[in-house]
Amino acid sequence: MRLICPICGARDRREFYYQGAAVALERPVPEADAEVWDNYLHLRKNLPGDLEELWSHDAGCGAWLRVTRNTVTHEIKAVVLAAESGRGTS
Amino acid sequence: MAELIALSPLGNADPLAIGRCTLSEVDPGPMTSIAPFRGKDGDVSKALRKSHKIDWPGPNETTLSGKTRCIWFGREMALLTGASLDDDFAKHAALTDQSDAWVCVALEGSDAEAVLARLVPVDLRIAHFKVDQTARTMLGHMNASITRTAEYAFLIMVFRSMASTLVHDLQIAMESVAARG
Amino acid sequence: MRVEGKGLIDRDRPLSFQFDGHSYRGFEGDTLASALLANDQRLVARSFKYHRPRGILTAGSEEPNALVTIGSGANQDPNVRATVQEIYEGLEAHSQNAWPSLSWDILSVNDLAAPFLSAGFYYKTFMWPRAFWEKLYEPFIRRAAGLGALSGQANPARYEKAFAFCDLLVIGAGPTGLMAALTAAKAGADVILADEDAVLGGQLNSDLREIGGKPAQIWAAETAAELARMNNVRLMPRTTITGVYDDGVYGGLERVSHHLTKPSNALPKETFWRIASRQAILASGALERPIAFRNNDRPGIMTAGAIRTYLNRFGVSPGKSVTLFANNDEAHLTAVDLIAAGVHVAAVVDVRPSAEALGAYRLIPNAQIVDTSGRSGLEAITIRTASGEQRIFTDCLGMSGGWNPTLHLTCHMNGRPVWNDEVVAFLPSDGAVPGLHTGGACAGVFSTAACLKHGVEVAGSALEALDLKAKDTVSPQAEDDPYRIMSYWAVPGKGRAWLDFQNDVTVKDVRQAAAENFRSVEHMKRYTTQGMATDQGKSSNVAALALLADATGRAIPDTGTTTFRPPFSPVALAALGAGAEDKGFAPERKTTSHAASLSKGAPMIEAGLWYRPSYFPASGETNWRQSCDREVGLVRKTVGICDVSTLGKIDIQGPDAARLLDLVYANTFSSLKPGKVRYGLILREDGHVMDDGTTARLGAEHFVMTTTTAAAGQVMRHLEFVSQAIHPEWDVRIMSVTEQWAQFAVAGPKSPELLNGLVDNPINNETWPFMCCGPVMVHGVSGRLFRISFSGEHAYELAVPARFGDSLFRVLVARAEALGGGAYGMEALNVLRIEKGFITHSEIDGRVTAFDVGMDRMISDRKDCIGKRMAAREGLKDPDRPRLVGLKPVGIVKQLTAGAHIFCAGKEATRENSEGYITSVCFSPSLGHFIGLGFVKRGPERLGEQMQMVDHVRSIRAEVALCDPVFLDPEGGRARG
Repeated sequence: MRLICPICGARDRREFYYQGAAVALERPVPEADAEVWDNYLHLRKNLPGDLEELWSHDAGCGAWLRVTRNTVTHEIKAVVLAAESGRGTS
Repeated sequence: MAELIALSPLGNADPLAIGRCTLSEVDPGPMTSIAPFRGKDGDVSKALRKSHKIDWPGPNETTLSGKTRCIWFGREMALLTGASLDDDFAKHAALTDQSDAWVCVALEGSDAEAVLARLVPVDLRIAHFKVDQTARTMLGHMNASITRTAEYAFLIMVFRSMASTLVHDLQIAMESVAARG
Repeated sequence: MRVEGKGLIDRDRPLSFQFDGHSYRGFEGDTLASALLANDQRLVARSFKYHRPRGILTAGSEEPNALVTIGSGANQDPNVRATVQEIYEGLEAHSQNAWPSLSWDILSVNDLAAPFLSAGFYYKTFMWPRAFWEKLYEPFIRRAAGLGALSGQANPARYEKAFAFCDLLVIGAGPTGLMAALTAAKAGADVILADEDAVLGGQLNSDLREIGGKPAQIWAAETAAELARMNNVRLMPRTTITGVYDDGVYGGLERVSHHLTKPSNALPKETFWRIASRQAILASGALERPIAFRNNDRPGIMTAGAIRTYLNRFGVSPGKSVTLFANNDEAHLTAVDLIAAGVHVAAVVDVRPSAEALGAYRLIPNAQIVDTSGRSGLEAITIRTASGEQRIFTDCLGMSGGWNPTLHLTCHMNGRPVWNDEVVAFLPSDGAVPGLHTGGACAGVFSTAACLKHGVEVAGSALEALDLKAKDTVSPQAEDDPYRIMSYWAVPGKGRAWLDFQNDVTVKDVRQAAAENFRSVEHMKRYTTQGMATDQGKSSNVAALALLADATGRAIPDTGTTTFRPPFSPVALAALGAGAEDKGFAPERKTTSHAASLSKGAPMIEAGLWYRPSYFPASGETNWRQSCDREVGLVRKTVGICDVSTLGKIDIQGPDAARLLDLVYANTFSSLKPGKVRYGLILREDGHVMDDGTTARLGAEHFVMTTTTAAAGQVMRHLEFVSQAIHPEWDVRIMSVTEQWAQFAVAGPKSPELLNGLVDNPINNETWPFMCCGPVMVHGVSGRLFRISFSGEHAYELAVPARFGDSLFRVLVARAEALGGGAYGMEALNVLRIEKGFITHSEIDGRVTAFDVGMDRMISDRKDCIGKRMAAREGLKDPDRPRLVGLKPVGIVKQLTAGAHIFCAGKEATRENSEGYITSVCFSPSLGHFIGLGFVKRGPERLGEQMQMVDHVRSIRAEVALCDPVFLDPEGGRARG
């Protein structure tokens, strides 16, 4: 498996660290309801198909990446910098 | 008063010559990581050009001016080697002294590409990794910075604490490439 | 026997080799199989289950029978296919699964018991008594049914891993692959051409017909040479592409030195390549399938194509009088070539009523072979025609049930092949692997001319995807015979007709599976073990499937296929794990004091990747406890030196640096004054503790965070996550400086005395009060001094650039020794912190909260922090949770053990009754008894309560009392004073 890091180019999977769903980018405000926080931390739909994920280019440039990956075919549809796609930038 | 004695990461070990490759420890001089603060990229570029006549490198690039080399070192960061920076520079960028944090070796010779192909998951053939290009990647299990300094020469840096593993891994790869004749 | 004047072997280079202790001769270019056949050695193996005598079935990597062990002792390689092994001078091969010898094998009695050993026998028979399975049945079955054995010794051979990159990977160097590689290379693509064979050419090396007016073998050699001269082409012979992975990554096993006499020790035996390609072409050809009939497994019976290969490529005829049995025209070519070479062809038996002879041989159409006979190998066959049965004497029989495209790799990413009635075979489905094009026989294109043309075409498709333009390439002239075949799988009749030669599966087994309602192909496979041997049923799966379809009254496409997974052919684990043995397993991280510690005799212990001194034995000390107790005493009474460089050090700068720390730490850092250090607790977003450590403020916008050794990487990644992903708008820069600084703890009442005179600045409580930090000069070297303590004593940590680490450590230890102190290691460090109730990852193991470790008040209510919201959950603040306490023995048993559980006095020590557990213990030399840290329900409310500790694993019970986790100096006066 290879990911195209927006900074470094196509790289082997071993250079990356996998975090999980990109939901982690949408951190709720501290005063949000318990339910909102529970959703943010624990609840995932887990549907087959395109999934927004977070990967870190740990052994490369160190950038956190938002990756759109199809969980059925493993096709990587998009890789963007988390810094340019998370809250506070949109 | 006693003096503190400086020791290089490989303790000035003799170069290793195996087949068509040599491995030797190099001392690139002072090394400083430069991470420009928000919106200060232009100031950093300008200041670098003024003080060291060297350009700020883009991703995967190095720039060179005499013995001073500026190596792209990761997201929004470069490593200035072979020269020091004025304290004044700190208003543009976060600086850290990295002079002692890395073991630096030169791998030279016509088989260097083949040796690194045993350890590095990046296409380092000259057509795809030209002179003065650099990569943050892995060498074996180690995070590394690899720069092509000439057609047949690479500058390789890993954490200082891993110096002996770096030599171990490279030596085995050098031996196995040499054994292929 | 050898046939003069034929083959690609070098008759000027004779070689001698051994098989089962007998010497034989062959030529360079021979495989072990061809050389054995040249020496008329037909019996080469015993079958897996019934120990039936077996010969060579094929001439390729699909070989199910001829598995041998090459070499002996530590260097031996079991289960090597004789059809793949090239011979070399002195090669030593042994047969497997036979005792006492290949020709006289005791366990061949299994064959007589065959009526009892049919499909599902083991499942039905060895059911009970249950205990017998592990003790009796399994060991016996394992001994009886076997392949080659490992030596049991460490393998001294070197294996390696490597990476390769290309625009286009061409898999297979037959007519299609050669033509595709040539077309792509001429268009400027960066090409890798890989083939499992030592000689490129594939099927062309077995063919005598012409390409472009030249013999096929010559054309193949010339084309390979042309490719070899091109700078943008890399030829990889002896390299099997074993697996397809995501995004154009292919696994390839190169057999580097299996064909060499005494290769250099440095030369790997095998290299496992990871090839990243933008496009790929699969031109892997096709595999011939046998036909099932009674006793079709005698030595001397092989595939028709194998006979043709042995004849044309190796100059060997596997028999003196050959017969062929076929359902297609292709097999007849073997007869034509044999006759031309002067070998007698007894008959060609063809099941097709309409079969026509392609040459001057006896053709028996509309006929089947119903049985064979022969003692150690084939002697005669019995055929059935419309007019009855007759025997034909023959010592070699070639079977051909048609050809299966070698499409395995197209299934590695869930692709399913598609049945094609015209070629009576499965074909690869379109787009089964993104970027992989199939060409030639593996795509169901069989004539040489069509393959050459298809090679040009698929190269064109691949080039288009690469944005390259193919030059006009005309494929050369070659034979273009149609592929005529009739669907035929097994000859009806009694007796055992073999399908899977390696796992001894018969037609009857498949029918029995169907009769017992194992109708799914996956169930049939597991019930009969069809296709589950090392050859993965390459020559038998399709026939078994066709018979299952027949037995269940379904069409083949409705019956399905089994799943092909990597690897295509066996890969030694040594190759997959290459380089990870010994010091290659993981990087060794050594501190700058490593050499000095070793020279003091310190045994090293691993802390993550780091090596740290366990203790420093003094003369007369015979066990670690003596050293440890002494070192604890040094720190408590005088001064000790310990390398703490392994702790993570993260430099954080920028206008928003304090904001970042306030968010990441549970407590507040924006209020920390420059020149001061503060202890902090990092939570995960789910409210549990991630790590702890101290952070120093070096300037208004400049901090250095310290992490534990274990969590340095995790915390760095966490900081990057928060600054890049959650607050990318913040202006803060993060960089690890762990490796830049060598940092040493100078701990104990005499630490100021040690430092004064070493550093230029005067060191006392006024200049460097507790929890302050700043720059110092150490013998002219710029360093940093932190007044922090992990031992509870008056202590400092002194950091200098790593190049001075070795020297400073020696200086510090010498000065400490002069003051009656010395170096201390990890054991003493651990005791010192347990005595003070300081936590490490033994306590914060990912399941505990700030509340559990008594630090919930550190979570500031004046600001947000990661984990704050979730740490406030009811369940995480439940007073009934196990919480940090100290423990000490109060009964007869004085020992405490980590991992033991705590129970109420008088309660049974069962899991339900567990009140908590112990995380850290040590013998405290300061207190003179064992102490421990642990978590007990409502612990802090129960101080003084007597409970029982039970270690079920080590069978230790002790009476303990709960106490405050700070055993020593609870007011902290020693560290401050």
